[in-house]
Amino acid sequence: MSIPYYPGCTLSTKAQNYDRSGRAVAAALGLELAELPEWQCCGATFPLMLDDSMALIAPTRVLYQAQQAGERVATLCAICFNVLRRSQALLKRDPAMLERINWFTEQEYRGQVHVAHFLEVLRDDLGWEALAGRVVHPLSGLRVAPYYGCLLLRPYDEIGLDDPEDPVILHDLVRALGAEPVDFPYSIECCGSYLTVKEPQVSETLSQDIIVSAREHGAHCLVTACPLCHFNLDYPQRETEAGTVGNEVPVLYFTQLMAVALGLPEEDWGMGEHYVDPRPLFNEQ
Amino acid sequence: MRVQLSIDKVRGPFVRQVEEISGQALLACNQCGRCSAGCPVVAAMDILPSQVIRLGQLGMEEVLESNTIWICASCLTCVTRCPKGVDLPRLMEALRQIALRKGAAKLDLAALPPELVKEVPQLAIVGGFRKYMR
Repeated sequence: MSIPYYPGCTLSTKAQNYDRSGRAVAAALGLELAELPEWQCCGATFPLMLDDSMALIAPTRVLYQAQQAGERVATLCAICFNVLRRSQALLKRDPAMLERINWFTEQEYRGQVHVAHFLEVLRDDLGWEALAGRVVHPLSGLRVAPYYGCLLLRPYDEIGLDDPEDPVILHDLVRALGAEPVDFPYSIECCGSYLTVKEPQVSETLSQDIIVSAREHGAHCLVTACPLCHFNLDYPQRETEAGTVGNEVPVLYFTQLMAVALGLPEEDWGMGEHYVDPRPLFNEQ
Repeated sequence: MRVQLSIDKVRGPFVRQVEEISGQALLACNQCGRCSAGCPVVAAMDILPSQVIRLGQLGMEEVLESNTIWICASCLTCVTRCPKGVDLPRLMEALRQIALRKGAAKLDLAALPPELVKEVPQLAIVGGFRKYMR
């Protein structure tokens, strides 16, 4: 099965390892991620103000590009997912807005494309048991802290992927790969998001709390679905002042963990450019 | 601090503007404080998220001078927990927009550390443009 796929800007540049590992695991599972032939940036934030529809133009163009490819589009980036899924929900419930944006873009988006996160495809199209059956290197003994962050879950009425306060989708994935999910209190706390460009000390404090908590709960690594969470958690650990030397917690995309468990070649893991190298976790196995 | 309350302020243009941009009714909030209790960045704020709403309810434009509206990262934790269904991030966005439309940008691109610009995912920079500049 082939699924139309929207990589987004960050997965094409700074987070190519997420894109590469994602495409590789999807292909290995017979769920090929077929990149949209033409696409553009989604805008990176869902507009929260009601009196400015400019910011809806970018996501609507992406949804139109997806409409050319089929009835649904899969994403890996949690931010693109949130922006597109919320925009789609808005355009569906507000036909006047849809008409207004279409009038501006001179494109006929019909408001029907289903925006899916690849995690949702794994859960709903493949299923965790089937995934477990494809694992060739079970990650036994590996304790993984699932870090959901914000945009994969909230707001529930428009995203609806999982329980916003007690999510399980990453826990289930980790378990299917033979590893042990570690519950820790910062699993759904914000990493600081784009505060990292304006108030870096605030986002570094948040990251520090998340990393320390995961470590104190016995996690060997954190797993995430968002390239900005990944950066905000991994980057501060590059410095000795962060106080984590010798106590670093590698941060992985869920697709990288899958690539290891599915026995894909090391090039597909995409682990060469992390600030904290996760590979020792797997070489010891 | 001496505060003067008046019906002119409570029903004034500032309150109408905030409600129109956000689509939220300020008086829906009953000040229970769950937003402030669960906010992950509250420690860096000068006033609590629930106090932002309170100042808004009273029509006090001074709320635009608080750093709280710029510290809010729109993580939406408060939306999930508000028993009255108030979308506080939309109110924060309305206040940021009112401030930005009046004046200067809040993000100094030239001041960003070059090593950060080199490494940070560009969606953070695009998000920064959208949140802190016009």
